[in-house]
Amino acid sequence: MSSATIVNLPDPSTARIPKMNFLTRENGLLSWLLTGDHKRIATLYLISITFFFFIGGALAGLIRLELLTPQSDLMAADTYNKVFTMHGLIMIFLFLVPSVPATIGNFVIPMMVGAKDLALPKINLLSWYLYILAGGVMIYTMMVGGVDTGWTFTAPLSTHYLNTNVISAGLAVFIAGFSSIFTGLNFIVTIHKMRCPGMTWFRLPLFVWANYAASILMVLGTPVLAITLVLVILERTIHIGVFDPAYGGDPLLFQHLFWFYSHPAVYIMILPGMGVISEVISTFSRKRVFGYTAVAFSSVAIAVFGFFVWAHHMFIMGISNYAALVFSLLTMLVAVPSAIKIFNWAFTLYKGSITFETPMLYAIGFMGLFTIGGMTGIFLGATGTDIHLTETYFVVAHFHFVMVGGMLMAFLAGIHFWWPKWTGRMYPEKISQFAAVVTYIGFNLTFFPQFILGMLGMPRRYAAYPPQFQVLNVFSTAGATVLGVGYLLPVLYLTWSLRYGAIAGSNPWQATGLEWQTQSPPLTENFTEIPIMDHEAYDYEWLERQQAKEVASV
Amino acid sequence: MSQHAEPHSREAELHIVSPKVYVAVALSLLALTAATCAISYIDLGVFNAVVALAIAVIKASLVVLFFMHMKYSSRLIKLTAFAGLFVFLTLISMTMADYISRAWGRW
Ligand code: HEM
Ligand SMILES: [Cu+2]
Repeated sequence: MSSATIVNLPDPSTARIPKMNFLTRENGLLSWLLTGDHKRIATLYLISITFFFFIGGALAGLIRLELLTPQSDLMAADTYNKVFTMHGLIMIFLFLVPSVPATIGNFVIPMMVGAKDLALPKINLLSWYLYILAGGVMIYTMMVGGVDTGWTFTAPLSTHYLNTNVISAGLAVFIAGFSSIFTGLNFIVTIHKMRCPGMTWFRLPLFVWANYAASILMVLGTPVLAITLVLVILERTIHIGVFDPAYGGDPLLFQHLFWFYSHPAVYIMILPGMGVISEVISTFSRKRVFGYTAVAFSSVAIAVFGFFVWAHHMFIMGISNYAALVFSLLTMLVAVPSAIKIFNWAFTLYKGSITFETPMLYAIGFMGLFTIGGMTGIFLGATGTDIHLTETYFVVAHFHFVMVGGMLMAFLAGIHFWWPKWTGRMYPEKISQFAAVVTYIGFNLTFFPQFILGMLGMPRRYAAYPPQFQVLNVFSTAGATVLGVGYLLPVLYLTWSLRYGAIAGSNPWQATGLEWQTQSPPLTENFTEIPIMDHEAYDYEWLERQQAKEVASV
Repeated sequence: MSQHAEPHSREAELHIVSPKVYVAVALSLLALTAATCAISYIDLGVFNAVVALAIAVIKASLVVLFFMHMKYSSRLIKLTAFAGLFVFLTLISMTMADYISRAWGRW
């Protein structure tokens, strides 16, 4: 392989999109709204989360504009509080949590395991309806005046001191939680029960392993969030006294319950993305992922360890020093499986035939940015440094590196990677490579200065700041504009490609997953006959033999 | 739709529990409820909560084992239920670890 690209498209003069596919099978709005097809539900999800991403993005724009100057001049301080709260709630619960699993996962997991659909198609549709309901309640919350607790619903602020719309915001998150439980449940059942003949656990693509691990977190963790929110609502309405010391409650109990979900939730938000990266890195370096088993088990390890570290969000809140010590130690441990993944991807690249199509650019961006994000997590996990850094912009930079630099990059990598499968058409390569680079530059310009701001002591969640912090904030706001362009471009050219993109054929990347061995866009039933898995995952030699056979038989 | 593991799960689904078992479980649940009420009239000091919770756990176990068919389910389903229990115990025990040790070294 010496060519600079692996793209392998059918002859454009004769290529056609297959007449019969999941998009053309039935027409009309109802055929979409009542569908059980995982690919259609994934499409509905994709449109919905993109919508909320841009609402959340607009709010982010407002935050950055306000922070352009040291005074709180664009909006009043309490409006600012509402804006960053709504930004966090929408981005986390309506975008990042469902981003990769409910769209890409929904679309490819059944195909990757060689099944016709997810195990519970109606539950899958229900999950989307719950998501829409949650989105509706969230928009309602915003229209009647929003909420200003921070996305963390911090008690006793949320239970006593604020008169904003805590209840409807809590309800929206509660409903979104069930939507994500149903997605997770569906994945678990599908991966256990619907694998095609020959598809053993260790032949599953790593994307499936990563989503399996995330599903475990969704199913086991999210109920705790639901309970916590119900308790907040009850405390607020009838003062049941679980969080209020005046009634014998304890505000720290809220923190325990909330972070018991929300730390695992950060892994819900990254594991599926790591799955995408495994697929992309392997495909564009033409090599089996180095240490397949280690990468697979590291996903499960992250899921399990993820439950034992939550109190690292509470180091300065007055928890026991001894508990803090133990949680700090466990936090260091949870970084190990993440590092295993990064090292294994790096070794996959080593001596691979690397090409730099757009998904690969995003994947490489992920590797760099997630590493920085994860390592700064270690700073924060050390009790000593955390005392200085907590509640500063350092934390903001940390989690944006992992969530935006990590998960969002992975999401975009995945969307570009599976776009040809999804729509049957290629996205335009040059402009999308450009967009990937723009995102990378914009991202670093936006969030790197925030590490420095945090180190210097700028607190998070304030509309105003001392004037000496302005220069770095201007950098950050400027970067956000660049980043905005980087996100707008894909929407434009992907929409364009729906009509004008080159016909992709079934396997433009010459990838090995089962989803690439069927037509694009796939049939409603995915395969004409149930596939039989007779080789290991990422076996590029098998693919070559397969293609040689096809050529010979034509 | 699914291929392997089919016979196994069918078997689990079709396991028939005789009405006798259900009636016995229902009666024990009622008896335990009565016990909870009765004991609430006796002051056991620190054991008040312990006893009430112990009875509640026994009742919940009966419901899960018989009414929810856990007793007749495959190992995978048992493991799933156990995972939930494990996570719950993690939440309680590690939170308690904080509460118990909060005042250590501060008196
Ligand atoms: C790789 C290992 C990681 C470690 C050791 C780590 C550690 C930490 C620590 C100690 C904090 C608390 C900082 C403070 O409030 O003082 C924190 C905050 C946070 N982390 Fe991480 N983290 C890691 C990965 C991630 C990932 C993968 C995500 C998300 C995808 C994430 C998202 C967050 C968020 C959202 C917060 C802030 C929550 C808030 O207060 O609003 N972290 N992290
Ligand atoms: Cu955490």
